[in-house]
Amino acid sequence: MNSILIPTPLRKFTGGAGQFESQADSVKGLLDDLVQAHEGLRPHLYDGDGDLRSFIRVYVGDEDIHELDGTATALAPGSEVSIIPAIAGGIS
Amino acid sequence: MVHPFTKAELERYSRHLIIPEFNLEGQRKLKEAHVLVIGSGGLGSPMLMYLAAAGVGHIGIVDFDVIEDHNLQRQVLFGVDQVGASKAQSAKDRILALNPHIEVTVHETRITSENALELIEQYDVVADGTDNFPTRYLVNDACVLAGKTNVYASIYRFEGQCSVFNYPRPDGTRGPNYRDLFPSPPPPGLVPSCSEGGVIGVLPGILGSLQALEVIKVISGVGEVLDGRLFLFDAATFGTRTLKVRPNAKNPLTGENPTQTELIDYDMFCGLGDAPKEERPVREITPTALTEQLQTDTPPLVIDVREPYEFAIAEMGGVLMPVETVPERLAEIPKDQPVVVHCRSGVRSARIIRMLEDEHGYDNLLNLKGGILAWQEDVDPSLARY
Repeated sequence: MNSILIPTPLRKFTGGAGQFESQADSVKGLLDDLVQAHEGLRPHLYDGDGDLRSFIRVYVGDEDIHELDGTATALAPGSEVSIIPAIAGGIS
Repeated sequence: MVHPFTKAELERYSRHLIIPEFNLEGQRKLKEAHVLVIGSGGLGSPMLMYLAAAGVGHIGIVDFDVIEDHNLQRQVLFGVDQVGASKAQSAKDRILALNPHIEVTVHETRITSENALELIEQYDVVADGTDNFPTRYLVNDACVLAGKTNVYASIYRFEGQCSVFNYPRPDGTRGPNYRDLFPSPPPPGLVPSCSEGGVIGVLPGILGSLQALEVIKVISGVGEVLDGRLFLFDAATFGTRTLKVRPNAKNPLTGENPTQTELIDYDMFCGLGDAPKEERPVREITPTALTEQLQTDTPPLVIDVREPYEFAIAEMGGVLMPVETVPERLAEIPKDQPVVVHCRSGVRSARIIRMLEDEHGYDNLLNLKGGILAWQEDVDPSLARY
């Protein structure tokens, strides 16, 4: 089982869930399972060309998937995948 | 030993001076440093207190805002007596009271593409405690162009992020910057600001303190700064992670083919410059006109599309129907009588009206202009603003 952490700004599309689990063995498989379960997430994760949007990063452990094999990155059982969003709050 | 400190300062800073790797040399670097803190709000409050207490010799504060009641939940620099006063000036007074051995300069202005480089060039290190994407990108780009380290933190509800961008490395290069992490901002509306989405009050206290820590490490050279790393804190679960931040070859400032050599229009860059196409106007009604309508024999139906937790703060009557639930509650929205839709400021309700008109053939909907905030101002001052 692999899990993916959903950041707060995207939780409104997962019914409030902060974590999603699936048996998928790649980042792509895990993200596919995630957007299939929560269709509303899709436009916020992918652009019209099907590429991950540039205001989110996807990490496996502490490494950006761009430094690995992108969405094709294989997941060992128990991998922790996280979606990191841009947030801007601070002053007010 | 020749050093710049008075007896009072030596005594004041003695807990730094007896840390072997920090010592008088680290303290001397702090005293000589010029640090620009942009924003004296949630993050800026703890940051300014700790930087001043630690003895950073020259602190600049950029803020154009005044203190409001709802700031006091987290902006611990300020007290009730200062509501209505200048944040930057009040912050200066507060931190000089904490440490009279430092100099503080107030820049009571909004940081813009026109003044950012001139402001930043006067300082060694910049600490970004602002609250919106255009300013985040502006501060980042100005720091890269001016060759300054940018100590960054950001918060949202229960989540915090901290990193050190554009940090000078021994080989003469600089570490990754904000655009390496996030090449472009989210579309307006997806990630609300804290003023719309809320923030747990102690979170900026934690992240702003971490920022102060990194500023002190950057200046003193003690420890390993968060260069090339992003620290994440989830206050709700107490989860912490530290992720690697890598250079991005497509970074327009520092990538393989840089295309940007000056500051740009950051509102445009963040999609705030032009009203998006779908934002066609909807018919509106003012709060005053609505009060009159409500007195007639055929009053309009009022629908409140805010969330229950907003309704609990202030409400003006009407049916509570949170945005997400509208599609499944169409049967409750008549087509044969005027219906007034409202939210906090009128943005969400306008969006819902467009959706109902486009997808469900409604033509009897009016948006309450300015939302319940305008209603509070014009009709019912007893309601709480939020």
